[in-house]
Amino acid sequence: MSVLADDAFATGQRPAQAPRRQPTGFALLAYRINKGFRSPTPYLMLLGIGLWIFAYWLLCEGLQLPRFEKIPGPVTILSDWLSTEPRQGTSIFTPVYYEHIYVSCRRIAIAFFLATLLGVPLGLLMGWSKTIKDYTFPVLETLRPIPIMAWVPLAILMFSGYETPVIFLATLASFFATTLNTMLGVQSIDESYFRAAGCLGSKKWDVFRHVVVPGALPFIFTGLQISVGVAWFSLVAAEMVSGDFGLGYLILSSYVNSVTVPMVIGMLTLGFVGWFSSALVRWVGNRLMQWHVKALAMQGR
Amino acid sequence: MQSEFNRAGAATSKGAISIRNVTKVYDPDGAQVMAVDNCSMEIAPGEVCMIVGPSGCGKTTLLNAIAGFHSITGGEILLDGVPLCGAKKPLADQGSDRIVVFQNGALFPWKTLAENVAYGPMVQGRWPKAECIERARTALQEAGLGAVADKYPGEVSSGMARRAEIVRALINEPKVLLLDEPYRAMDALTKQIMHEALLEMYDRTKVTIYFITHDLEEAIFLGDRVYVMTTRPCRVKKVIDINLPRPRDYHTLTSEAFRLLVQEADEAVHEEAIKAFQAGEREMA
Repeated sequence: MSVLADDAFATGQRPAQAPRRQPTGFALLAYRINKGFRSPTPYLMLLGIGLWIFAYWLLCEGLQLPRFEKIPGPVTILSDWLSTEPRQGTSIFTPVYYEHIYVSCRRIAIAFFLATLLGVPLGLLMGWSKTIKDYTFPVLETLRPIPIMAWVPLAILMFSGYETPVIFLATLASFFATTLNTMLGVQSIDESYFRAAGCLGSKKWDVFRHVVVPGALPFIFTGLQISVGVAWFSLVAAEMVSGDFGLGYLILSSYVNSVTVPMVIGMLTLGFVGWFSSALVRWVGNRLMQWHVKALAMQGR
Repeated sequence: MQSEFNRAGAATSKGAISIRNVTKVYDPDGAQVMAVDNCSMEIAPGEVCMIVGPSGCGKTTLLNAIAGFHSITGGEILLDGVPLCGAKKPLADQGSDRIVVFQNGALFPWKTLAENVAYGPMVQGRWPKAECIERARTALQEAGLGAVADKYPGEVSSGMARRAEIVRALINEPKVLLLDEPYRAMDALTKQIMHEALLEMYDRTKVTIYFITHDLEEAIFLGDRVYVMTTRPCRVKKVIDINLPRPRDYHTLTSEAFRLLVQEADEAVHEEAIKAFQAGEREMA
């Protein structure tokens, strides 16, 4: 069996030829950037963004078509957004702009943290134990389809001030998404992993720690990405109804005061911040699931 | 050098399985389906027992009963004379004395090969954690998998993964290794390498092997005894003793004795295959 015991055979390397080592750190980054610029992707992306902005400019500022004349075009917005003395009061040089961003981000962070803290364990238990699922699933499935806006009056009645009702609403929406995905994640784990764990002498807690949690992790992170998006959605809705600060409040108060440029600045800022928050969740997920990332990479994805 | 498996072999002195009049009736939606009908086998310690039969005949049902995944509805199964399951206790406890290697592989994809192999001893508290990992590495090294010990199962070939799964089973010093068509999805060349690796591991450990397959040549090449099963309900149709000398290698495959055994078994299997095929047609109609 000398053939099988030979490690070179097992890895498929040819000993005569020194294999090219995978670059690490900065060299790897340079290699990826270099490779990236040789693919059409970055150019197509830039072209796509350019085309979109051009169409927007054409509608609002170039041709000034009817129904679009009241909407601020890209040139108006950018010149105000980057100006030290914005005509409509909001730019990257006004502290109040960052106050709005900070307040919204803080609310999202609290809501997302609470929802994850409650939703992931509940989802894991629901997927793992039939009894717990029987107790909780019907209630959860009835509450889940209720639109977050329908909870607004109740939230205002229940909680005092501006802060708590808004956080409550964002937490609620986020919680449902996280719980459901986590539960589905546990249910999607192949039965043979449970059987293998049983054969190898696992106790119940071992199965939970070594099979249920890691097996559900890809689904959990898909759920968390959805949940952070849903949290932003319901946060802005809540801020519009009840709030003193935040990006949702900025958008609605700008509209009420007929200053349209800060309104659009608020919208675009939401887009960027939301994108950043789901990229952050994705990054954490990939760090925790190297096995998943590598398996996908082997499949060419 | 004393090997991880030689030590295991010394501890594994027994592993006799007695399957006595076992019956299994499935009850999906009230329709009673008999999967196994009054099936009996006596498997000696250290025997390589090959179960051959058409697809869906109930071979896996027996394996599931031994491993403790499914209950039985009649008869009893004993391991070294101690009842695993029977009339009073239809579902056997799962335990590391009987370890299954699954059809589609069940290495945990979220653990490296070394962590997978170390898992059993670790949860059983057999050795301290660091020692478990150390011994897992040694065992993988002996199986020719030292270079990929820190890779995840998704990063290695299916052949390597399956070999690592057998290492993961054997490190627990099981009395019985239960294999459910482990090489089903492999090409002929990989299969041959896998067979030789399995034979080599068997020669070192002499663990009792219960091996399900529908590949007749595989059964005769690996086994001490081949059980040809009938199509559903599952019964023993024919028992063929394989007296080919050990250790065996691929030269055995071309010997005259091997050819004659294949011929003998082929007739019995062919008959059942036709019955299974026709039964399948009837079910479709």
